[in-house]
Amino acid sequence: MPPLEPVLTMRNITKRFAAVTALDGVDLRLFPGEAHALVGENGAGKSTLIKVLTGIHPHDTGEITIDGEALTATTPAQAQAAGISTVYQEIDLCPNLSVAENIHIGREPRRFGLVDFGRMRRRARELTARLGLDIDVAEPLSAFSPAVQQLVAIVRAVDLRARVLILDEPTSSLDRDETRRLFTVMRALKAEGVAIAFVTHFIDQIYEICERATILRNGRLVGEYPTAELSHVDLVTRMIGKELAALDEIGERPKPSPAALERRPPLLRAEALGRRNAIAPFNLSVHEGEVLGLAGLLGSGRTEIARLLFGADRATSGTITVDGEPATPRSPRAAIARGLAFSPENRKTEGLIADLSIADNILLALQAARGWTRPVPAARRDALVGEYIRALRITPADPDSRVADLSGGNQQKVLLARWLITRPRLLILDEPTRGIDIGAKAEIQRLVASLSAEGMAVVYISAELEEVLRVSHDIAVVRDRELIPDTTGDGTYTMDRLLETIAGGERA
Amino acid sequence: MNLLRHRLFWPAAVLLVLIGVNTAVTPGFLDIRTQDGHLYGSLIDIVRFGAPLILISLGMTLVIATGGIDLSVGSVVAIAGALACLRITGQSDQAETLGVLAAVGVALALTAVLGAWNGVLVARFGIQPIVATLILMVAGRGVAQLITEGQIITVNSPPYKLIGGGYWLSLPLSVIIAAGVFALIALLTRRTALGMLLEAVGGNPTAARLTGVRARGLVITVYVVCALCAGVAGLMISSNVSAADGNNAGLWIELDAILAVVIGGTALTGGRFHLTGTVLGALIIQTLATTIYTVGVPPQTTLLFKAVVVMAVCLIQSPRLRARLRGRRAPRTTPATADRTEPSLETPA
Repeated sequence: MPPLEPVLTMRNITKRFAAVTALDGVDLRLFPGEAHALVGENGAGKSTLIKVLTGIHPHDTGEITIDGEALTATTPAQAQAAGISTVYQEIDLCPNLSVAENIHIGREPRRFGLVDFGRMRRRARELTARLGLDIDVAEPLSAFSPAVQQLVAIVRAVDLRARVLILDEPTSSLDRDETRRLFTVMRALKAEGVAIAFVTHFIDQIYEICERATILRNGRLVGEYPTAELSHVDLVTRMIGKELAALDEIGERPKPSPAALERRPPLLRAEALGRRNAIAPFNLSVHEGEVLGLAGLLGSGRTEIARLLFGADRATSGTITVDGEPATPRSPRAAIARGLAFSPENRKTEGLIADLSIADNILLALQAARGWTRPVPAARRDALVGEYIRALRITPADPDSRVADLSGGNQQKVLLARWLITRPRLLILDEPTRGIDIGAKAEIQRLVASLSAEGMAVVYISAELEEVLRVSHDIAVVRDRELIPDTTGDGTYTMDRLLETIAGGERA
Repeated sequence: MNLLRHRLFWPAAVLLVLIGVNTAVTPGFLDIRTQDGHLYGSLIDIVRFGAPLILISLGMTLVIATGGIDLSVGSVVAIAGALACLRITGQSDQAETLGVLAAVGVALALTAVLGAWNGVLVARFGIQPIVATLILMVAGRGVAQLITEGQIITVNSPPYKLIGGGYWLSLPLSVIIAAGVFALIALLTRRTALGMLLEAVGGNPTAARLTGVRARGLVITVYVVCALCAGVAGLMISSNVSAADGNNAGLWIELDAILAVVIGGTALTGGRFHLTGTVLGALIIQTLATTIYTVGVPPQTTLLFKAVVVMAVCLIQSPRLRARLRGRRAPRTTPATADRTEPSLETPA
């Protein structure tokens, strides 16, 4: 049994960014020799908490103690000196340098003022061997797989005499074997008494490696639980919560029954479609006028499914047919030509052209399809843009405003308008309501309902289960990079049933 | 305040200040007189000698809008002039118009091929634009010297002389050509969807791909246009002196062109581009060269003088510096949302 005295305590931490409260009275305790899962959906405050702990962001109120002494780190270097090391999701090492150099960056062993490469390599060999990593430390880092690079980052972090090791989603780009290797290293570290904070979206991994879990939601602490006493379903329920906000009912209109939809020929059908290291082969079909909900946690593979359907990534197996004809897209352009449209999860980096106006952003997809020699005539352009700004109530209503200056909800509407004017047959929406206010959220959900009533097929991806339940005719769950088809048989998912499937309860 | 905010305000103001300095030093600077039905004067000279730089800067603007850069324009200038002059010297009658037209056509065709080479390296093989065009920048000088066999080829061809030194409707022909190319590019980019698609590719390549923009063809086209502009500029330069110098024609002009684009308000990161701003930028650089002579800056300090002026222009346009100055005067205004359409260079390139 580990000693009961925590090595690190964060108490009542509050952090505000301008008007936004990112953390509101959050506690965290890390015990030596334990792995502690930090869980929560996007925006729950996990990364802010880590950044406070590592001295990147100063906290507004609350206190942090390490070994009973107050920690006043205001820079990452000071946090490291106090024994807190962090390995971020994006590997922040230099791929062109050797493993040994990477491990020693910034604190190379020196002799007569020059770097002592012999000693550096010997030390690197000892350190990697200690964690059971058998690699040539003189090779450049880029020669190794992402998993090994991740492990090298951990070797480097631990060598900073870390008593607390923070791993921020280290497994998001690793496959099963690589994850197992990481866990072996983590167990070795736990045995040495290191306290590990482990951020992950994979529920199974929490139970495999962690003794304790702290759950955050919307910047608030939900609670700290020993994982042995927390069921899968409880974990997911506490993580996602139930949205109590009064969204008006859009399900009033009778939905076409899944059975009626099934009788129509599918608009798009994916067979054994998959991509190595991203999503296991899956079958999926969408009918005209159907809203197919994809429920799943962040990182579960739901975005990967959307990207495969749209041709943003190439499939490594399987085929897609549209109207019964083979149509596996080789590029987004090919998918668009077949009547598909895709509004990506990350509006800023993958959707909008921030510097261009609302009008240009709305017209982009239509114009790209027409080619540059056939501009949309000015009159039609103004009419189209005006019509959609009004219909979607985009504010400011000035078509010449820079899209970067809009709020998240309005940016999302601009993206929707971009695709709607191309009159797609299948609209793929990846987290269309993330980070936008409740009013805009309801508007977008209502829009989806009316579009499908007009015959448009929609694939609706969201981590908010109530939302998926509300807008979808049929639901598939994505978990650990696998698509789990409707297990109810008749499309009558309930909240509990959905939670259970996402948590993997029926397997246990 | 609105006038101050206009993105062309500062480039225009700098140009006016430079002209003002010249007028103060040389009283007759603003005079324009007619002689044999041709317009003459310092202002006309600035536009006339600035025409090649304006052309190249316009092409460079489009390349930079896609997030690229073209370092090879100087070499293309040399190659175009060298090839045209070589063809003309090979004619039995150098004054024959058809032969000169053929020479010009061959030279421009070659520059288009060179532009396509750059474009393919960048768009098809994914080589970084600065590296891809560096290849032609270095190799192109060699090609130009091969064409001229290391000599300076001189021609004596009145039709060829027209391109850089001729007049039409009392205006220098080179100015008319530059104005025509400006109008053509402006029409092509702003009356078709070309400009918007270029800005989409340069502004956010990932989003452009997911929206179905065919970036590859666009990028290749832009490098071809840029090389063609450089080709025409090369013909002007060699025509003006009736000679082709493979070593020195267009030397370092790529740097002036990049500078003109940046002064004109187009960011090197790609995205929004401003053709009128670029023309102003090119005129500023040309006026600066004239100023150096009229003010009588000692030759050994001309480069330093130029650097100081360019640094001042860039500092004036730096959003950060302006926000700081504004902040001191009017503390209530919120820090300027970084205006990415303007250069944020704080030291000269």
